Amino acid sequence: MGTSAIAARPLSVRLHSPRASALDGSGAAVEIAQLRKTYGSLVAVDDVSFTVAQGEIFGILGPNGAGKTTTVECAVGLRTPDSGTVRLLGLDPQTDRDEVHQIVGVQLQSSAQPDKLTVSEILDMYRSFYREPADVTELTEVLGLASKRDDFYKSLSGGQRQRLSVALALIGRPKIAVLDEMTTGLDPQARRDAWALIEGIRARGVTVLLVTHFMEEAERLCDRVALVDHGRVVALGSPASLAAQASGGKTVRFLPSASFDDRVLTDLPEVSHVERRGQHVVVTGSGELVNAVLFALAGVSVEAREVQLGSSNLDDAFLRFTGEDSSASKEN
Amino acid sequence: MTTLSLSLPTAPKRAAFGKIVQNEARLALRRPARQLGSIAIPLVLVVLFGKLGTFHQAVPGAGGLTLFDAYVPVLMVFSLAMLALMGLPMPLASYRELGVLRRLSTTPVPPSWVLAAQGIVQLCVALATIAIVLTASIAAFGERAPVSPTGLAASIVLAIAGLFPIGLVIAAAARTAGGANVLGRVAFFPLMFFAGLWLPRALMPPALLDISNFTPLGAAVQAIQASMLQGFPPVAPLLVLAGYAVLFSYLARRFFRWE
Repeated sequence: MGTSAIAARPLSVRLHSPRASALDGSGAAVEIAQLRKTYGSLVAVDDVSFTVAQGEIFGILGPNGAGKTTTVECAVGLRTPDSGTVRLLGLDPQTDRDEVHQIVGVQLQSSAQPDKLTVSEILDMYRSFYREPADVTELTEVLGLASKRDDFYKSLSGGQRQRLSVALALIGRPKIAVLDEMTTGLDPQARRDAWALIEGIRARGVTVLLVTHFMEEAERLCDRVALVDHGRVVALGSPASLAAQASGGKTVRFLPSASFDDRVLTDLPEVSHVERRGQHVVVTGSGELVNAVLFALAGVSVEAREVQLGSSNLDDAFLRFTGEDSSASKEN
Repeated sequence: MTTLSLSLPTAPKRAAFGKIVQNEARLALRRPARQLGSIAIPLVLVVLFGKLGTFHQAVPGAGGLTLFDAYVPVLMVFSLAMLALMGLPMPLASYRELGVLRRLSTTPVPPSWVLAAQGIVQLCVALATIAIVLTASIAAFGERAPVSPTGLAASIVLAIAGLFPIGLVIAAAARTAGGANVLGRVAFFPLMFFAGLWLPRALMPPALLDISNFTPLGAAVQAIQASMLQGFPPVAPLLVLAGYAVLFSYLARRFFRWE
């Protein structure tokens, strides 16, 4: 239950942005307040508010059709909200369009490039749009596209296209990077590479707004997440705190060596719930749950075998807050 | 943002516009098949018609006009029409389909610049084709130099102004590149009929000629032919072309979507 993400964390240093502390205290990177956007009778975004600090990796999480992409599209000025405010480093994407586009790099869902342009031709063109662009050679090296510079877009793999798309989001040296479903459709290795990449982006002092429906991704990368459902923020906080809010806490699962009365465990103050799953017993509770359970079992001469510990994770939070199984929405 | 507005690049962004034009030119060169029709067909026809003796005999009751005289303006208009009605809307619709225009909307550069860049590239191809057709017909097949070069230039400029916005409206009406291609063809063939590709205007019955006069390609041929043989063209065809330019620019502005 959600422990692999921690084990897989690489040794790369997670630098917090020096810029974040250098700028004035109020300087949130992204401020969205009471955002609302409808398409005819369809309410895409009902009421969304959140603030992202500079240097943060902030995740917008939710089932398909929850309003994640519309929120982001309003945030970067692609759509005009019906009501509510959006500020990016204090700028309004509707009225300060030019300036916002200079400081925000966007990676859009399903946005392709012409087949018969090479990687460096595309990058070179986008580079010319910005005041202080990044270096194409350096960027392609960082993103593992150096050997593909002279290849046509047509010949790139899905992962390479995705990395080019990220490169285009970063070519203008943005202060805020908005990445919409950047790992959807990638194989597991490419996805892990992309995660390392996002951590690398943050290490450069860039604030990252990440839209995803992968729990593991949010748990692994995000400092804080907003769980969005039916156009509203239903929960907001760090992945760990959301997970803690989501359930009664810890679980112990074991195979008893002999039969015993459930009351042996339900009488314990640490235990809130006991459930039999086949021959296994799953105990939910808090505090020193494992010790208490094992001690009580020893008292009735029952040995616990195949003991597994679990703690609730973002998946549980997702389920709890949206009433939807996140694994059901993992594949579009 | 959702309506079409063309703004001219300012000095600091001229480099960016240059890069866009450069990439559009590369794309045009790398997909030669798309350009081939609009260049090759008029060239092949001008050579073919030029070699045919019958095309150099006067058409009865047309004041000494030969079939070849009648076809040179049609072939000049052919490349313009092909580029405006198919060459322009197809890549544009495909850019919209791919999300290229949407992606550009998030950069400091407006997506309309891609439109302008594509227009410029297409225009260069069209003007080059017109120049070759004109030169070949004069140098190799004894066509007279245009009586009114100014009139010819004005006619071509107005024809471009009238035709390109029609291409934009096609790109606006079509959802996909494939749809733009179909709509472009549907517009192209009847318009070329009225331009006189199958039945030269000199041979059209009066009723047909009246209709032809009010179609964009018919008016363009009328104006170009007058400039070639008589002098500065009459006002009527120029007004027709200007009318199409105004009407379709308005429609393109009103209905073109970037995504």
